[in-house]
Amino acid sequence: MATLTVNGKQHNIDAAPSTPLLYVLRNDLKLNGAKYGCGLGQCGSCTVLVDKEPVYACVTPISVLEGRTITTLEGLGTPENPGPVQRAFIAEQAAQCGYCIPGMIVRTQALIEHKPKATEQEIRDYMAPNLCRCGTQVRILRAIRRALKETRTAEVVR
Amino acid sequence: MNAPHSRRAFLAGTGALVIAFSSRKAFAQEGGPPNQGMGPAGVKKLPGDLSKFPKTDSWIKLEANGRVTVFAGKAELGTGVKTAFTQCASEEIDLPASSITMITADTALTNNEGYTAGSHSMQDCGTAIRYAAADLRATLIELAATRLSANAAELKVANGVITAPDGHKVTYGELVDGLDQARDVRPETKIKPNNAFTVIGKPFDRVDIPGKLTGTEMYVQDMRPEGMLHARVVRPPGYGAKLSNIDTAKAEKLPGVIKVVRDGSFLAVVAQREDQAILAMHVLEDSAHWDDQTKLPKQSDIHNVMMAFPHDDTTILDKGILGQPGAKSLKASYSRQYQSHASIGPSCALALMEGDKLTVWSHAQGMFPLQNGLSKLLAMPPENIRCIHTEGSGCYGHNGADDAAADAALIARAVPGKPIRVQLMREQENGWEPFGPAMSTNVSATVDAAGKIVDWQYDVWSTTHNNRPGGAGNLLAGQHLATPFTPDPPKPIPQPEGGGDRNAVPLYVFPNARVISRFIPTMPLRVSALRGLGAYMNVFSIESFMDEMADAANTDPVEFRLKHLEDPRARAIVEKAAKEFGWQPNAKLPRGHGQGFAFARYKNLGAYCAVAMDLSVDRQTGIIKIGKVVASVDSGEAVNHDGIRNQIEGGIVQSASWTLLEEVTFSGTEITSRDWSSYPILRFTDIPDSVDVHVIDRPDERFLGTGEAAQGPTGAAIANAVRRATGVRIRNLPLNPANVKAAIGV
Repeated sequence: MATLTVNGKQHNIDAAPSTPLLYVLRNDLKLNGAKYGCGLGQCGSCTVLVDKEPVYACVTPISVLEGRTITTLEGLGTPENPGPVQRAFIAEQAAQCGYCIPGMIVRTQALIEHKPKATEQEIRDYMAPNLCRCGTQVRILRAIRRALKETRTAEVVR
Repeated sequence: MNAPHSRRAFLAGTGALVIAFSSRKAFAQEGGPPNQGMGPAGVKKLPGDLSKFPKTDSWIKLEANGRVTVFAGKAELGTGVKTAFTQCASEEIDLPASSITMITADTALTNNEGYTAGSHSMQDCGTAIRYAAADLRATLIELAATRLSANAAELKVANGVITAPDGHKVTYGELVDGLDQARDVRPETKIKPNNAFTVIGKPFDRVDIPGKLTGTEMYVQDMRPEGMLHARVVRPPGYGAKLSNIDTAKAEKLPGVIKVVRDGSFLAVVAQREDQAILAMHVLEDSAHWDDQTKLPKQSDIHNVMMAFPHDDTTILDKGILGQPGAKSLKASYSRQYQSHASIGPSCALALMEGDKLTVWSHAQGMFPLQNGLSKLLAMPPENIRCIHTEGSGCYGHNGADDAAADAALIARAVPGKPIRVQLMREQENGWEPFGPAMSTNVSATVDAAGKIVDWQYDVWSTTHNNRPGGAGNLLAGQHLATPFTPDPPKPIPQPEGGGDRNAVPLYVFPNARVISRFIPTMPLRVSALRGLGAYMNVFSIESFMDEMADAANTDPVEFRLKHLEDPRARAIVEKAAKEFGWQPNAKLPRGHGQGFAFARYKNLGAYCAVAMDLSVDRQTGIIKIGKVVASVDSGEAVNHDGIRNQIEGGIVQSASWTLLEEVTFSGTEITSRDWSSYPILRFTDIPDSVDVHVIDRPDERFLGTGEAAQGPTGAAIANAVRRATGVRIRNLPLNPANVKAAIGV
């Protein structure tokens, strides 16, 4: 039995300690955001935040996550009240099939927290771990620039 | 970008639409799709797939609560067609999107529109929905005229309410009684004129994006019906391998394992938890012994091997007399390696066997063909199998989706009464999907002293690009059963759409030309449809060679193309891309930089697309970096401009990935490109600096398929720019760093 803190709530999980976080999120907690893409940490479809760092949920066993803060796509906003990064992606219509986009949104959230003034090259370098097969990257980059800009504006206003 | 909410407010705000506007001409008078127009004995044929399924309520049905349900036999594959269908229905029925329920490909509910493929969705299905909605609206107005004792031409319609000049109203819902919704759509049905549009061609957000971006259950991968069990399959190491021996006891004893399913060489495991199923799959893989693996040709020799196989030749263009004298003649050969769909989400399906009834949820492209294939695979009557399309990740053609559905069905039969979820592992998806075929082309041409091509010969060698089910042998599991099914014999897709020879006939006007399609029945690797089929390779070849001929004629490549194009829409799209890019003949660029241009009309029947770009080549590393890309596209009447831009932008980036990096690799007996390290695709660091797409809207023209239009022009524009940047023409795909370095002699 492991205790995990996901999106601000504690959950007791009855799974083997070596179980990758991805399957616990998707099946035990019924969270759809993190997706299985490769199981190898090569594509970023499963990206979640652990203590504000982007992590591949498909290769992270739950045994190393006790006492740490896990944030998934669902922790960033809801269908009724999408968060700032989700709003930026919706505004730019940055999806085709959309399967990779949750991972993109989560990594963008980390980028905003770590590099709020990221240059174009820094954005691309930071996002490089995440793959999109539909070729939506041009829009995703627009959405990221918009999210960064709107966050900076919000900071100034605050 | 307008939010859907603001659009609805806009609709409400504009209030009534007077219905007495001058309607567009009825479809029977229009130059429509090939299957449209006058049928035998002068009978008017209905447009799009209405010609096959004329009943109104098989496309759109009004409920007493005033809502409509739209039934699309085509599916959402991530291209946004569900949104475009919604716009078509909303426009013609005069209801907001919030009053429309959209059902897509479901063997129990929708028409059998075959596969969602070949950029046909808008032409076949969008057109049908539009006319069915228009006819239903016209019928409602006729009924309302009687009910309100008013002249139909004076009625106003808005948001499902019909109002007479005296202020009396009747709602759509109140007219359901006495409405014959099952009758055929009338051939004289008129759609709205484009100056009356409030939805078509207007900003309209994708209906599926908010749900997908907030973790709503949107994909087949997200389904979790009560009592669901997780399954994994064990695939053989390579083609032809037979499972000779396995001890399943160790796997069966693992925690959570419910059953190991084996039928011949088909092997799978069912467990309570997904992680338990994966662990058990690995244990089974370690315990399995396989024999008789098929030997594969050497990858480096694949094109010679393929061209030496027997082939059936068809002359698909034969014009004038070849062997014309001219100022200069050139010839060249081009090739493409096998390429993967490599969907970002490995294929997944759910299946549930209850008594003698099977339900399958799948993201495959054809629910009715899948039903047919599963019926043969399981020896069940097709009417006992329901296939429901549920979105997966983008497929770009025939990937592993059908195979996963067959796996789920076989496992569900072995474990009845429980929903079974199967998802392929990354290495299974990449190792076993049907690839886009390796291809070769030869081309030769002569240009005269006036810089015009007078003589053109083109040969294309390809296997089939269509091994879809249909037959149970086209489902991978069908080949692995103890009593296996044989795949259907491969067939070419005939012209004018073509398969391996798709776009092999140039749109350019040459006085003397011959094009031969050389169809190879032998398939060393499993192949099927990948976005664009042969169009990517044929356009790559033709458009590369047009640049070579332009150089021979000492003419700017854009000017050279225009010299050979007569179709005014083709000329307009070439001129648009050149203008928006700022194309300059003989532009002075820094060393290592080049600009390239290419054009095609997809299938010579679909959307027109031209691509201009600049790029740089690092001579030390062989790495190509794409800078600015500008594209133009003419898809006929544009229902959703941003949807078209999204498809072309995505097509450009995906085709750039194919062109710069992608080839399936294989050893003596195995596919070795099984993950993102061995089958790399473009990452953010390699994405073009900018991609701008310009849509030429043709509101009076019919829909033209868009989804595959950018693939060929992008590949060729890259090769043409690399030639300008390095002085070297690279004719063998991909233009990866190793091939670039070899070509430029580093």
